Amino acid sequence: MWFLLIVVVVIAIWVTGVYNGLIALKNQTINAWKQIDVQLKRRHDLIPNLVSTVKGSMEFEKDTLQAVVDARSKAMAGGGGVKGTAAAEGALTGALGKLFVVMEQYPDLKSSQNVRDLQEELSSTENKIAFARQLYNDVATQYNTRQLQFPANLVAGLAKAQVAELWEIEDQAERAVPQVDLSLKPKPQA
Amino acid sequence: MNGAPNLFEQQARNRRQTAAWVVLFVLFFAWLGFGGDAALYFGSVDQLGQAHYTVPWMGIVVTIIACGVAWYSWTNGPKQVLWSTGATEITNPQTFEEKQLVNVVEEMAIAAGVPRPHLFLVHDPDPNAFATGHGPGSASIAVTTGLLQGLSREELQGVVGHEMAHIRNFDVRLMTTIAALVGVIVVLSDGMGRMFRGGGGRGVGALLGGRGKKGGAGAIALVILVLWLVTLILAPLISRLMAMAISRNREYLADATSAQLTRNPGGLAAALQKIDAADAPTTSIRSGAAHLCIADPLGRSANLKEGRLADLFGTHPPMAKRITILRGMAYQQLKAAGQTPVG
Repeated sequence: MWFLLIVVVVIAIWVTGVYNGLIALKNQTINAWKQIDVQLKRRHDLIPNLVSTVKGSMEFEKDTLQAVVDARSKAMAGGGGVKGTAAAEGALTGALGKLFVVMEQYPDLKSSQNVRDLQEELSSTENKIAFARQLYNDVATQYNTRQLQFPANLVAGLAKAQVAELWEIEDQAERAVPQVDLSLKPKPQA
Repeated sequence: MNGAPNLFEQQARNRRQTAAWVVLFVLFFAWLGFGGDAALYFGSVDQLGQAHYTVPWMGIVVTIIACGVAWYSWTNGPKQVLWSTGATEITNPQTFEEKQLVNVVEEMAIAAGVPRPHLFLVHDPDPNAFATGHGPGSASIAVTTGLLQGLSREELQGVVGHEMAHIRNFDVRLMTTIAALVGVIVVLSDGMGRMFRGGGGRGVGALLGGRGKKGGAGAIALVILVLWLVTLILAPLISRLMAMAISRNREYLADATSAQLTRNPGGLAAALQKIDAADAPTTSIRSGAAHLCIADPLGRSANLKEGRLADLFGTHPPMAKRITILRGMAYQQLKAAGQTPVG
């Protein structure tokens, strides 16, 4: 009788522990995703500024600018879950990268303080997206592993745990972006 | 990335070490207080075997003072460190460099998964940086104006990543704890030494001369007294050496963590080289904050080479070795990416 009671109590404690652990990981995953979301929104907000600032000087580069604007509206439309967002935002990163490369050919743009500030903000946001993505993938992987492992998977249903989708980078060009991005930047030697 | 030490293990180890240090220091304070009482107790035993000194006043007073000082320096330590360097907080970035620094710190905070620390600027032309605080929730990073002006964005990112690693690994908490405890020891041993040379001398004379002749209790009193005095004299020195050794071991790990956060070990390597080349001492950073810095602000030669002496007295591992390790990581990274490593 006593033995049974002890077993029941031990199991109850274990279930509670696993359940709470899974909930904590789930919230961490959601929070990590929000971190990415904040940065993506910030990028969407910055782009119109950049476009309107450089439009005048870059009359001949309408296509490049239009590509950025289109990629932005596509990314802002959303939908398609993590995979869709990743693809749309990847396209936007690519378009922005091309724009930065083209901008290098306009010395008056490069020397403008306003453009320099905007470019710094955008590259920083891009870095933040990359770091936030890494954090999200790390946390999501931990969450996924935990809920699938035996015996925690017995409690996973109770905690309404579902496998979180990772943010995969498909585009080879996007993988290279941080390097391209950094080498572009004028080094502030004061 | 490859072969980087396990960060969770390091965090756990830092927490354990913080607890162990607190216990060790509590025992030490107990010895400092009640040891003296014990000497007085045994010294006051008269011919009839009756002790006249029965209330452990010294122990009680020392305990109260130690708790007070420790609490005060724990809560105010980080603030005082920042204050002593004349650092000003960057709340509203004005110049391009300051904006960039704020961005870099935000990036690294995201990469490390910690809240954004407070950001301070030390007005000093020598490039240096340090972190302080109680943990990831309430930490500060300070950089000198020299660092801000002399380093490129990538290099700045490496340095900030290094400081962020100290915060995330709970190094700052351990350091604040140790600084508080070492401060208590210095204050106490100084105060008690003075007490003994002054009014306490009468008591010592009574211990060693008068009633002690009876042997037994008197001999015990003498032994305790000698041990007690020796610890009192050596305590500040030993505790400082320990604080230095603890700080040194953490620098390599913070370098590795920085490389992991930025994915660019070359950036930190280049930054360290620039910091090393500007070998002028960082005058606005006093020795009290030296163990927190990315590079020894005093430019002491003990930090230049690896060896037994350097192991004892340096707060930082030799710069050349740190740069070599980071270069190795950068090489590995390039090789893994399938590119031909250059340089």
